[in-house]
Amino acid sequence: MRILVIGYGNPGRLDDGLGPSFAELLEEEGIPGVTVDSNYQLTVEDAEAASRHDAVVFVDASVSCEEPFVFSELRPSAEMSFTTHDVAPGAVLALARNIFGSSVSGYTLAIRGYEFDEFGERLSPKAVGNRDAALEFLKARLRRGELEA
Amino acid sequence: MERKVGEATKKIVIDPVTRIEGHGKVTIHLDAENRVKQARLHIVEFRGFERFVQGRPYWEVPVLVQRLCGICPVSHHLAAAKAMDVLVGADTLTPTAEKMRRLMHYGQMFQSHALHFFHLCSPDLLFGFDADVEIRNVIGVARKHPDLAVQGVMMRKFGQEVILRTAGKKIHGTGAIPGGINKNLSIEERDFLLKDIDQMLEWSRGALKIAKDYTVGNLELAKEFGSFPSNHLSLVREDGALDLYHGNLFAIDAEGNTILEQTNYQGYADHIAEEVRPWSYMKFPFLKALGPENGWYRVGPLARINTAKFIDTPEAEAARAEFMAVTDDKPNNLTLGYHWARMIETLHSAEKIAELLNDPDLQGTDLVTQGERRDECVGLLEAPRGTLFHHYKVNRDDQIVMANLIVSTTNNNEPMNRAVQKVAQDHLDGAPEITEGLLNHVEVAIRAYDPCLSCATHAMGKMPLVVELVDSDGNLVDRMAANTAE
Repeated sequence: MRILVIGYGNPGRLDDGLGPSFAELLEEEGIPGVTVDSNYQLTVEDAEAASRHDAVVFVDASVSCEEPFVFSELRPSAEMSFTTHDVAPGAVLALARNIFGSSVSGYTLAIRGYEFDEFGERLSPKAVGNRDAALEFLKARLRRGELEA
Repeated sequence: MERKVGEATKKIVIDPVTRIEGHGKVTIHLDAENRVKQARLHIVEFRGFERFVQGRPYWEVPVLVQRLCGICPVSHHLAAAKAMDVLVGADTLTPTAEKMRRLMHYGQMFQSHALHFFHLCSPDLLFGFDADVEIRNVIGVARKHPDLAVQGVMMRKFGQEVILRTAGKKIHGTGAIPGGINKNLSIEERDFLLKDIDQMLEWSRGALKIAKDYTVGNLELAKEFGSFPSNHLSLVREDGALDLYHGNLFAIDAEGNTILEQTNYQGYADHIAEEVRPWSYMKFPFLKALGPENGWYRVGPLARINTAKFIDTPEAEAARAEFMAVTDDKPNNLTLGYHWARMIETLHSAEKIAELLNDPDLQGTDLVTQGERRDECVGLLEAPRGTLFHHYKVNRDDQIVMANLIVSTTNNNEPMNRAVQKVAQDHLDGAPEITEGLLNHVEVAIRAYDPCLSCATHAMGKMPLVVELVDSDGNLVDRMAANTAE
């Protein structure tokens, strides 16, 4: 099973950096069959990358999800940003299926964060705890090759 | 609710708090007869960065500023590097450094414009502004025009590949450094990019045709939709050519008369000021010579095509001539003209990338230069959305002590407000209720400017586009959420 994990967010905006931080730690694990990517935000070319995998996991900070994290199966969606170049996880999945003919399945891993409104390259202590819990959870599933939520 | 002395007003609020683009809101103020009095686009622009950068050593700044924006980090990277060139006295870069940076910039312009057109603009043009939101989105394009959707993805990907090979990394690139560049382009990298350039040129021609045909075929609509006369400002080359990377400030009025003639941007503060209005976090720049009332201007693709006397690549120049002929060689003041202008620049960028990839200077090894150290510096660049200003002061310990940034979207602040007001006047008067049509048209008007409402956080759980109607007594009487089709 080929699995793509994309951690995204702005590491310069405190807990918004949870996704990239998660990706960095996961990549160090070197789990076979798992490709890890990291970016500020999702983009349309992520659909092309996702289409080459059996499953894709989108890892992002959340301002309001249940602590410490929420792992969910993702439905394809047509949700688009109001103005510019953002693509929602569901839209990446929909694009991967619709224009690249992939049957990739999708999941979201939302990690609860708390501080977002200042510039700063650090995570809050509680966010670090949530990230570590999420990491242990996903590592176990990735090693078993089972992602069903 | 908002009430002024002696007159009742109603306020309609359109609140686009999108997941990633930050916080924005449109309020449309009505009078007692439900006529539009004023429209305001509120954007929460996070300005803390200018404090955040203080105390950091100047050589970190070109990398640090990429934290500002996940959408156009390359533009901030290059604008800051250009400022730092001035600081270290590198008044003329080596050919390799100059051309590597230009290649990086054209890659950024290409991918940004292509993405905007195929994935945000094309649903409006292909399906119509009033089409069901279930269809009028990129997934709808993927289903009905799968070839176009693929082109959008692959053009974006190509631009990112150019950035990767010039900046060193896809994000947080480090290529541009004070006084030059830290890498050249290897033969292998050159050949990797060259193999796709003909396809990119072909797709750029196709996208340009869609934008042109739409505008020409719907000219009466385009002349009315969110349009108004304005000044236009951009950098232009000394000979008047379009130059997206470097040039002098040049501004014209709505008729094409020169306001600011070939002005060295190191002195931008002598000519441009920023007005603060109490209802908006975002400032309103204006040309001092005309004052805040009349000195506001447009930036971005439309302004650049209007201010340039010519384009130095053949296919884009032919397209520019066609574009200008629509308005008898007078400035084009059509808000929807942005889309056509953006595709002219996309083709120009592809032509420039092709030209640069065949230039052996990119394999040069003389990468950095410097001269007499200065304490203050300004770097300007034509970013995808318009003129981007970076201004810094540095102390003798090499630390930043002052930073002032005017981002492209700030320059277009007043024009976006005007566009929303025009659309609201045309689609709301006499009917004090939020309709899907009103929301669609407001979206289309704002989207033409390709605003970046970034510098905000990215986390899940933020609200989608929401429209609220508040009556004259302050009661919420209607509310509509948009852009959430599944």
